[in-house]
Amino acid sequence: MKRYFALLLMLAFFAGGKALADEFTKEDLKKWHEAFMKVVEEGEKLFHSPTLGKNKVSCDMCHPNAANTHPETYPKFQKQLGKVVGLRDMINWCIQNPLEGEPLPLDDPRLIALEAYITWERRGVPLAPGKH
Amino acid sequence: MKKKLTRRSFLKKVAVAGVAATAPLKLVEVVYGAQKHEKFTFAVISDAHLTHIKGTKFVRNFDEGLERAITEVSFMDPRPDFVVFGGDLAQLGKKEELDHGLEMLSKLDLPIKFVIGEHDFYLDMGEYWQKHIAPLNYSFDHKGVHFVVLNSILTYRSWIDQFKDPMERMLGMARLDNPKGSPFIVGEEGRKWLKKDLSKVSPDTPVIVFTHSPLYKIFKPWNFWTDDAEKVQAILSRFKKVTVMHGHVHQIIYNQIGNITFYAFLSTAWPWPYPPTYTQKPNNFPKITVMMNRADPFHERDGTGWSWAEVADGRVTHHYELWENTPRTVYYDEKLGHPVDKDYQDPAKRIPPQFHY
Repeated sequence: MKRYFALLLMLAFFAGGKALADEFTKEDLKKWHEAFMKVVEEGEKLFHSPTLGKNKVSCDMCHPNAANTHPETYPKFQKQLGKVVGLRDMINWCIQNPLEGEPLPLDDPRLIALEAYITWERRGVPLAPGKH
Repeated sequence: MKKKLTRRSFLKKVAVAGVAATAPLKLVEVVYGAQKHEKFTFAVISDAHLTHIKGTKFVRNFDEGLERAITEVSFMDPRPDFVVFGGDLAQLGKKEELDHGLEMLSKLDLPIKFVIGEHDFYLDMGEYWQKHIAPLNYSFDHKGVHFVVLNSILTYRSWIDQFKDPMERMLGMARLDNPKGSPFIVGEEGRKWLKKDLSKVSPDTPVIVFTHSPLYKIFKPWNFWTDDAEKVQAILSRFKKVTVMHGHVHQIIYNQIGNITFYAFLSTAWPWPYPPTYTQKPNNFPKITVMMNRADPFHERDGTGWSWAEVADGRVTHHYELWENTPRTVYYDEKLGHPVDKDYQDPAKRIPPQFHY
């Protein structure tokens, strides 16, 4: 009886025309990529803007195209902080020190956008967690 | 100089800088006489990028870099014959920034040869600079060497003309990785001036050229590039000894193209990454350059500094005074026909921080 019920449920599911959980279309892929690239673009703007800090300095002044940020090496031990930290912790360090600003909350969409831009500029480079 | 440089550490640093500056000079026996190619030195300070915030406020970090270079150059013994400022005194070409820089440089009791950088130029197209600081192109003779200061940071008219607002134009050029940027050129007028200036100079006379951008093509996306470089190199091709020294790149780079030896200047403000570390675009980074140590951002002055050149028989030995690292010396090797690093040219002798990725 139980098995019969399950079969009925499955039939009802298919009859309803709903997609399987792991099915997605090319259109979906395009949409999701566009959503990601929009965040990358926001990150690129922030990275090149003096709004994150208080002294008119922006991230790109030391890191053109986000170079020398090494996102593929995080998390890693940062000897001056004395512990293993993530990329967003280093972004906040830069905002507080060279940019003389206030750190962003770790779930701030701006921090996600900065990470998206930094990693996008480093695409294709193999992961190397912990590397110095 | 507030927190990090106490009186004691300052005196210690000056002492170290003093030793570094005197020792090699003693070894090469600087001769003060009336020889045709008398040995001499000049100091280099470059890419200060002084940034005005508001009122009397400037970015502390960049002010401290320039101040420190000025102090250390002042303590050089024997004193250099002159100081070259390699361009980008200002960040956004503002009068406040240029005046602030001049005020700081006024502490140097030495003649200063100014080269204009794009950050000094694109707000008012070099008007304030030419009126108060220096011409854009000029030359002088010193102890048997013909020196040329050549403006290499012009660009195409079509790019300039798209801007109605001067600050927008300045910001467009100030962004190093601007995908809508425009390559540097010396331009037809500049090349004509150079040709005329050199027409009176014998091919046996050593020539040293100061520019802001490299007079060759390293990496276009960051304007480590001069678009008409080959044409300028051709004008310099008839001279036996030519050295081109440039700013803009904020790092140790040296190269040899034909008869021309190239040396880059350090910045007093911040180091740029080396072009091969940006993996999305190809580059022509010179293979003979041994890169400087990867800068540690936790040390504000790491990867920055100044340099001094020792000129003997028309060839330059370039001493890089890095503040947080062992100093580097790059000299022209007559046998190899290109510049080499005194300590690190052999790949087996390089140290882990010299590998960038």
